[in-house]
Amino acid sequence: MLAFAIRRAFQSLIVLLVVGLVAFSMFNFVGDPIDSMLGQERTGADIERLRTQLGLDQPFPVQYYRFLESAVQGNFGISYRLGRPVSKIIAERLPATLELAMVSAVLAIVFGVALGVFTAIRRNGWAANTVMTLSLIGVSLPTFLIGILLIYLFAVELGWLPSFGRGDVVDLGWWRTGFLTQSGLKALVLPAITLGLYQMTLIMRLVRSEMLEVLRQDYIRFARARGLRDRSVYFRHALKNTLVPVITVTGMQLGSIIAFAIITETVFQWPGVGLLFINAIRFVDIPVMAAYLMLISVMFVIINFIVDMLYFAIDPRLRVDRTGSAQK
Amino acid sequence: MTDTVLKVVNLTVKIPTRQGVLRPVDKLSLEIAKGKILGVVGESGAGKSMTGNAVIGLLDPPAHISGGEIWLNGKRIDTLTREPMRAVRGKQIGMVFQDPLTSLNPLLPIGDQLTETMLEHLDISASEAEKRAIAALEEVGIPGAAERIKSYPHEFSGGMRQRVVIALALCAEPSLVVADEPTTALDVSVQAQIIALLKRLCAERGTAIMLITHDMGVIAETADDVAVMYAGRMAELGPVRDVLTRPTHPYTQGLMASTPLAAKGGKRLNQIPGAMPRLTELPAGCAFHPRCPIAKDKCRADPAPTLGAGDGRAACWFAGEAGP
Ligand SMILES: Nc1ncnc2c1ncn2[C@@H]1O[C@H](COP(=O)(O)OP(=O)(O)OP(=O)(O)O)[C@@H](O)[C@H]1O
Ligand SMILES: [Mg+2]
Repeated sequence: MLAFAIRRAFQSLIVLLVVGLVAFSMFNFVGDPIDSMLGQERTGADIERLRTQLGLDQPFPVQYYRFLESAVQGNFGISYRLGRPVSKIIAERLPATLELAMVSAVLAIVFGVALGVFTAIRRNGWAANTVMTLSLIGVSLPTFLIGILLIYLFAVELGWLPSFGRGDVVDLGWWRTGFLTQSGLKALVLPAITLGLYQMTLIMRLVRSEMLEVLRQDYIRFARARGLRDRSVYFRHALKNTLVPVITVTGMQLGSIIAFAIITETVFQWPGVGLLFINAIRFVDIPVMAAYLMLISVMFVIINFIVDMLYFAIDPRLRVDRTGSAQK
Repeated sequence: MTDTVLKVVNLTVKIPTRQGVLRPVDKLSLEIAKGKILGVVGESGAGKSMTGNAVIGLLDPPAHISGGEIWLNGKRIDTLTREPMRAVRGKQIGMVFQDPLTSLNPLLPIGDQLTETMLEHLDISASEAEKRAIAALEEVGIPGAAERIKSYPHEFSGGMRQRVVIALALCAEPSLVVADEPTTALDVSVQAQIIALLKRLCAERGTAIMLITHDMGVIAETADDVAVMYAGRMAELGPVRDVLTRPTHPYTQGLMASTPLAAKGGKRLNQIPGAMPRLTELPAGCAFHPRCPIAKDKCRADPAPTLGAGDGRAACWFAGEAGP
């Protein structure tokens, strides 16, 4: 298992290096940083000075190495647009995105698993069929449309919830949270549903199909033949056996929740990193774009790593390492 | 009278399908007394598993019991609703399935599967259940039972897993065990051990066994009575020695002639010509008549007589006429 963990960590590192290369290349191929920084009135001497100062006169691998070195230290340079360190800007914006993503993920997992189990157990009931039909809408409607529909219904027509922004936030020094105020919580509802709905339907459909598959297995039949109660058959025996594939997909979905947050944050003008990224694109703010890319890929890699480790926790068959299995 | 554990009377199972209503079990009657072993044999598709599943109340829809009665220890169980029937399963009827590799939950230690079953049916504490789980594993011959209760199914071989399955089936001390081809999926070398184990444990407890199998040798060695099924019906039912040595139903006679057991005396093995008809295309009259060496007009016109539990041995109009 340790060998596996090390191998995975190594793979993750390669992924990050490649993403880093892409992010770094943006500096060279998307616009000219000197252009962006100096504006119209510049002299040849200015340009030369800045080139050396930024290290742009160095060969490509050296530049890349220095980019990585500072990236590891959390230094992504100065935003072209805002003129402040990118790391600071991101640190300010990140809590908003993480809180939104977390609430969406919890909603998606809790409701996804519960409804998946329900629709599998009551396979032919009208309630389960209704849920399945509705879930088709969930997968087929684009996120921004769901967001706009929700805004129209709950903000414009009913006036229950705010249509944009984060509400009041409490500053904890290093983290600004919306969890502690009523307006902050209210502001979370619509964006969280919008962001999590697709993932929820996906998880639900997956749990359902995995459950149906597992419920056909002999050990479920045997569990029934032993006179175990439905509750135990469904949750103790069946659900646990669906978890490996469900966790794989859920892990990937958590990553895409953070990535998809761009759309939701735009629709709801949510002050997170997604919105920051959209604005950065508009102004070709390369340092911010590069930092965002790196951040997202680091999150993907971490989530994937955790998912892989969870397999071991769930499935004892994987725990046997090779030397051990040879003895048996 | 009182020592009849299982009594099945005119059991009929129906499956509604597009080709019409099928009857995989048709007016079947049988009885098993305390501590006795009833072997159930018949070709693939004869309805053996259906009968076993009907007894433990686990027919897969759309199959359902449409007629007859099932009595367990003097109580009728086929009319029970879901919840009381669930309480009967495991507690009063244990079940052993064919494939031990897939019968155990791969993600739960075997000790947990034992204790959960006991805690469900017996009024004991968790620590008592664990003690009994170890004892149960020791009894079925798992070495180092005290440590092995924490092992997962994949850490055991097929034969060992079937021992675990037997421990599970017996852990709540049922009065009947339904074993559906308990050794078919195992290595030949361990088959006899498993059957002997099952037989010994049940004999000690006075547990009756309904032993479904294809193996005539197993029947000859273990069963007290044997039921021969054909196309959902009981063809012949009686004490093992009578049925195996002096079968009276032409189908049983053919069956015996085609197994090595009867051919000991140097006789050639004779295959019964043809194959058992599918349930969708049962012929009129006796289902066996197209393959029967002594079929007469009556067999083509009238269904074979129905065999009651206490009646004669063979469901045939001309039983015993062909001679073994
Ligand atoms: N859902 C179904 N639809 C139609 N026919 C079915 C269905 N389930 C079972 N059958 C039929 O019921 C009959 C009885 O099956 P059963 O499993 O009891 O046979 P068996 O005697 O146990 O055979 P085997 O020795 O192969 O286990 C078979 O002919 C089978 O084709
Ligand atoms: Mg069968």
